[in-house]
Amino acid sequence: MNISVRSAPLTRPEKIGLGVIAVVALLAPVIFSNFFLSALLTQAIWLGLVALSLIFLSSYGGMVSLAQVAIFGIAGLVTANLSEAEGGLSVAIDPWLAAIIAILVAVAVALIFGAIASRSEGIYFLMITLAFGVMVYYFFGQVTSLAGHGGVNNVAIPGIVGDRVNDPASFYYVSLAVAAACYFGLRYLGRTPFGLTLQGIRDEPTRMRALGYHVEVHRTLAFGVAGLVAALAGVLFVWWGRRIGPGAVELATVIDVLVVAVIGGLYRLHGAWVGALAFVLLDNYTRRWTPEIGDILGPERFNTLLGLIFLAIVLISPGGLVGAYESLRDRVRAYFAGRRGDVQEDASLAPPAPDGASGAAAGAPADRPNGPVAAQADVTFQRSKTQTATPEIGGEE
Amino acid sequence: MATSAPEPLSAGIEAPGRLRQPKQVIGGAVAALVAGWLIVKAVGNFGGFLNATLLGLTLAGLYFVVASGFTLIFGLMRTINMAHGSLYLLGGYIAFELQEKLFSDNKGGFELSIGQSSGETQYSTIEWLVPLLIAALAMGVLGVLIYQLLLRWNQGQELRQALITIAVIIIAGDQMLAHFGGVAKDIKLPASWPTSVDIPLIGSFGFFRLTIVLGSAILVGLLLWWMIKRTRFGLITRAGVDDRDMVSALGINIPLVFAAAFFIGSLLAGFGGVLGGSMLSLQPGQDSAFLLNSLVVVIIGGMGSLGGAAVGAVALGLVQAYGASYLVFGGTDLTNYSILLTFGLVVAVLAVRPYGLFGRPA
Repeated sequence: MNISVRSAPLTRPEKIGLGVIAVVALLAPVIFSNFFLSALLTQAIWLGLVALSLIFLSSYGGMVSLAQVAIFGIAGLVTANLSEAEGGLSVAIDPWLAAIIAILVAVAVALIFGAIASRSEGIYFLMITLAFGVMVYYFFGQVTSLAGHGGVNNVAIPGIVGDRVNDPASFYYVSLAVAAACYFGLRYLGRTPFGLTLQGIRDEPTRMRALGYHVEVHRTLAFGVAGLVAALAGVLFVWWGRRIGPGAVELATVIDVLVVAVIGGLYRLHGAWVGALAFVLLDNYTRRWTPEIGDILGPERFNTLLGLIFLAIVLISPGGLVGAYESLRDRVRAYFAGRRGDVQEDASLAPPAPDGASGAAAGAPADRPNGPVAAQADVTFQRSKTQTATPEIGGEE
Repeated sequence: MATSAPEPLSAGIEAPGRLRQPKQVIGGAVAALVAGWLIVKAVGNFGGFLNATLLGLTLAGLYFVVASGFTLIFGLMRTINMAHGSLYLLGGYIAFELQEKLFSDNKGGFELSIGQSSGETQYSTIEWLVPLLIAALAMGVLGVLIYQLLLRWNQGQELRQALITIAVIIIAGDQMLAHFGGVAKDIKLPASWPTSVDIPLIGSFGFFRLTIVLGSAILVGLLLWWMIKRTRFGLITRAGVDDRDMVSALGINIPLVFAAAFFIGSLLAGFGGVLGGSMLSLQPGQDSAFLLNSLVVVIIGGMGSLGGAAVGAVALGLVQAYGASYLVFGGTDLTNYSILLTFGLVVAVLAVRPYGLFGRPA
């Protein structure tokens, strides 16, 4: 278990790549135009954060949750209602206090959702969380005293954060700092005893239960942690757009975030922002060159294009862009490394199943230092497929 | 035994009728509160209570028709067809379009849906039934296509199949918006049918809801029950639910059975769409509404269980109907919070049975 969690040393090209990304991220306000910075990069950051919470749960906990957008929306809605705004309750307390209360409320809801959903597994979990997500949307849509008729607009934001129109750089840096804190925080959490237990539960819930671990409590807590990340994204979203409405949590948004997570690869934390950036770029630039085929496809039909891309990725490369990159890298490396690459190639050729990919821990890049790890990943893949057929011991208290 | 015994007791040795866990005490208290509240309301206005109950049951009928297809597919294949709600909406739209194009008096007119007041077409019964049949069959065929083209070669990868059908939701939703617009549409009922019937104690109640929707639900339930219990297909289905690998090892053509299940399941979604389009209305968002309804029904009832779907549908329908009538406390109208009741229902069931009332771990 320890082996699969320890992050493997990065190769030199990857180190250089990471360095370049870090420098570009830090210098973005200088490099890019204000529009690109605020409309694209900052959006990609908070969108990536929501996807990050989903990816954390799926990679470390083996739970694909579709309720993350709901948590995101609850945090956003509470922030908007407590701050000074048009529509909603407009309690008009300090924006910071509003944000903190909002995050607490959202995490509390996440813990409740988690406590209920954590007793089920796999596809049931997906279904239950989706039902919760859609229910939150209907709550938003029906309770107009909270969500307003046209959403809550012109939400007051704390001065230091900066307006995204007038001062995009400072807002960008705030978002970047939050994102970095969440990313490194989750990676660290993955290596703590809690994170290790969580990964054990992901792979072998029955065995972990037999060992005396409280499976549901760990899952619920993981849900709470993911809820915190999603809540931070929700606050950023409200401060970014200065408005929130029921549309922020509708099924289409849930799917958008799922698309982001799948494009990035459901099992790599950094995939969240790869996916988010790809999504935001697609959203902004495909409309210009999308061919117009009657009213089936065209600039107006972005969702159709998005659906087709999503479909293609799920069908062809369930690991998303990150998975595709890693598979390609392993093949190239296997080609150069000769015999040493046998095992790696074997791993990369394993049936491309999203649930199977969970065998390889998120913290551990596919750069597998020795055979057993890859073999272990393969074994886990087999297990996770048969897992549903294993009778639950003590599943019912 | 002490009520506060912290260690979980296995269900097997639990004495019946004794409350041991705080969860059960809370559950019992909530159930008693709800029952008490309903009794108070029922005594206060018995006709109104019956009316709400009947409304709930007719809603339940519609939910059952849609969700039974959903649960049939899952029961056999372990596939969650997330696009079930989209098939529902598309089925309704197709029936609407067929009725307009084939049977409308002023054919080819684009201003049909706008100028409703004058010269509205009087449709006969057959002009309602033909679109219904074609739309339901079309959805059945579309379901088979989805299965054959997208899902068949991913059998066993549940999450991936769910993601694939989610992709279908996006595409279908966007295409329906493009072709049918965002304005609510409804399928016209035959002019010869009465709009309402008089029932003692209740007063007038929608004829279509009471007879056609409720009747269809009962018919669908009986047919499915007969099919599952009495036919060879049902035999294979039941065996497949228990042990898919064994069934396929015995030489049963599993892909064919799966395609048939998808056909029937999707057909029921389309059928439900026509019923819903005649009873409620068709508009963007109904696809996610009916996906949610189907999800809630099977989460409550248990995936793959027909009886569970019936119980779940009745529970959801009644909760929604009572929520819409009885969430008014004095001057404060809380009916727009009624979704919380649905949430509470799901939570209550899952707290006691994590896999639904009649479900079991897949």
